[in-house]
Amino acid sequence: MSENAKKVGAILDKYSHAGRDALIPILQEIQEALGFLSKDAIAQTGKRLGLPASKIYGVATFYNQFRFQPKGRHHITICRGTACHVKGSDKVLDSACSTLKLQPGQTSRDRMFSLETVACMGACGLAPVITINEEFNAKVNPRKIVRLAQDCKEHSTEEKK
Amino acid sequence: MVCVCLRREDAETAWNELDTGITETPKMIGIEADGRAIEAKAGETILTALRREGIHVPTLCHMEGLEPSGACRLCVVEIEGAGGMVPACSYPVADGMKLKTCSTRVLEARKTIVELLLSNHPDDCLYCVRSGKCDLQNLAVDLGVRQRRYQQPRAIRQEMDVSSPSIVRDPSKCILCGRCVRVCEEVQSVSAIDFVGRGSRAQIGPAFGGGLNLSSCINCGQCIVVCPTGALAEKSNVQDVLAALADPEKTVVVQHAPAVSVSLAEEAGLKPGSDIDGRMVAALRRVGFDWVFDTSFTADLTIMEEGSELVERVKTGGVLPMLTSCSPGWIKFVESFYPDFMPNVSTCKSPQQMMGALIKSFFAEREKLDPKNIVSVSIMPCTAKKFECSRPEMSNNYTPDVDYVLTTRELGQLIRMFGLDLSGLEPEAADSPFGERSSAGKIFGASGGVMEAAVRSAHFLLTGKELEELRIQPLRGLNGVKELRANIGGVEIGAAVVSGLGNARNLLDQVRAGRDDLHFIEVMTCPGGCIAGGGQPIGADSDAARLRMKSLYNIDQEAQLRVSHKNPWVIRLYEEYLGKPLGEKSHKLLHTKYCERDVPV
Repeated sequence: MSENAKKVGAILDKYSHAGRDALIPILQEIQEALGFLSKDAIAQTGKRLGLPASKIYGVATFYNQFRFQPKGRHHITICRGTACHVKGSDKVLDSACSTLKLQPGQTSRDRMFSLETVACMGACGLAPVITINEEFNAKVNPRKIVRLAQDCKEHSTEEKK
Repeated sequence: MVCVCLRREDAETAWNELDTGITETPKMIGIEADGRAIEAKAGETILTALRREGIHVPTLCHMEGLEPSGACRLCVVEIEGAGGMVPACSYPVADGMKLKTCSTRVLEARKTIVELLLSNHPDDCLYCVRSGKCDLQNLAVDLGVRQRRYQQPRAIRQEMDVSSPSIVRDPSKCILCGRCVRVCEEVQSVSAIDFVGRGSRAQIGPAFGGGLNLSSCINCGQCIVVCPTGALAEKSNVQDVLAALADPEKTVVVQHAPAVSVSLAEEAGLKPGSDIDGRMVAALRRVGFDWVFDTSFTADLTIMEEGSELVERVKTGGVLPMLTSCSPGWIKFVESFYPDFMPNVSTCKSPQQMMGALIKSFFAEREKLDPKNIVSVSIMPCTAKKFECSRPEMSNNYTPDVDYVLTTRELGQLIRMFGLDLSGLEPEAADSPFGERSSAGKIFGASGGVMEAAVRSAHFLLTGKELEELRIQPLRGLNGVKELRANIGGVEIGAAVVSGLGNARNLLDQVRAGRDDLHFIEVMTCPGGCIAGGGQPIGADSDAARLRMKSLYNIDQEAQLRVSHKNPWVIRLYEEYLGKPLGEKSHKLLHTKYCERDVPV
């Protein structure tokens, strides 16, 4: 049994008496433990709760909080709340997508970057705001995104050295 | 002597009882629809009451026999005194209720709903596979939608899913009514697809966003039959068949399944349940097929092989209960969901694949043809057959036993393309050596038919005498679960017939839990059997299915040859080529093996 399967098994054991109504808390805990919802984890959960994989995938895709690819080394979230939108976060998102060649929810092949959008971070005074590994960056614009991405890459290369 | 005891489920199967199905008289109440007093049963929905009175209320998401979901709102009606409109499909009737089913307000609302559905629907009816049979198109015409009032930009790029060998999905034409999801989950218990995403991004799709080929889809095609638009269709092989017919090097051989001759009529606009076997054979020859064979012949052969296998399992203490293997959707279901039951499944190929194997071996040798120059086509009421013929086990030296499968719908298209008038053709007979069938092979097309044919032959094999009454009523009818206990020549046999994989799942769970009174179980993937298969004409209701089934049993009633073991060509085939049932040659050509499938279930 793989490391991840053991982790998921431990979570499912905690909910051994729960029914399908416990699906969302279970998925949240799995994402907490693995960083994302893997196919195997969904299959394992489905087996335990008696739910088909398509159903669990359907429920999980209903919510923005779940992701199906592991996070990258630099996990970027872009706020798409009202204030950020008014301040141009759509262009920030476009720039991030084209710079990183990613769509929200995806992770780059080299696992360097992952991209996500969120509804509001509660930091509207800093709009448009993004986070990189939970660190806030205020008043970003499309050009700043390119620079921030470059910084992340350089940072990683230095770390390797 | 067969002693047949009726079980609880059997009581309802007799034809005359089938139509009523009501055991106690419900309380009747009076309601009023458009100023006309009508009677309704307490507790039923407005829609049911109105339909019984012949008042047509349009629906898109409603499904006969399943709980209403009330998703599409097309069935809205006004209730006098109540403020808003209510969906007729899910709102119960009440005493003294006054309904307006086609007031201006109702008609406007319905029209707006259709216009909103069309706001992000592609305008390509001309090129759409469902054109003319599309519920959405028909509603737009009926409600007088003559221009685009709302235009919505497409939220996300929606690619067609052509990954499956049987089913093509075009999400851009999907109106999210959820009927495919429900039939897949509630009738077939497969749940290969579900709603994915939310709001304007919502789509129908398999788990993990992959193609259907990677999902637990069993290719049954029930989703196609219930889809109101062109979002789901079979993967068409009409062009491949046309190319083969045009190739002078190729000998094109066709076989047609038992359930096709009683349903093809609907493709030509004739009455459901008309049997046009002879005219269909004539049409197939006109289209250009060189040889026309009847799959019911290999259904007879299946009875010989499968019956012998059952007797051997019973005698040698083999794995029981034995499960039938004619229905390829069911086979994939076992491989994906119940791999522990794979040893229970008969090793017999399906009649289609038996025919395919014989065409490219015995027939090729006899006619001195290179199997590589034979194109073997089959006409099936089924989309899973397209998948079955592509299975690697179903080929010999990389030459598939069956090259192309056309559904009943595709044959209808081919016949129209060639300008043939089915009602005007002179009936013709199928070719020998695989054209002669018993009517036992013909009733394979209805759920319970395989079992009935098997019991007829088993009785002869075990006692040496024919059954006095060949009609075995408890095995007939549209019930999803039918059971039979019979004492044949001193051997106590427990048999069950299930159709619809939800019913199959329940039965397998019972067996898993220790139920051991069953020896032989017939499973058909589609509810009612092949007559209601996923490749059958669109727009058929349960009445049409019932008429198709009745037609098969009428054929049986009037036939001279009613038992598989008396089919002279089957006997000759064993004498000249195969040797004996379960013999070496049979084993090589007519039997197969199964493999566990690693799919998300």
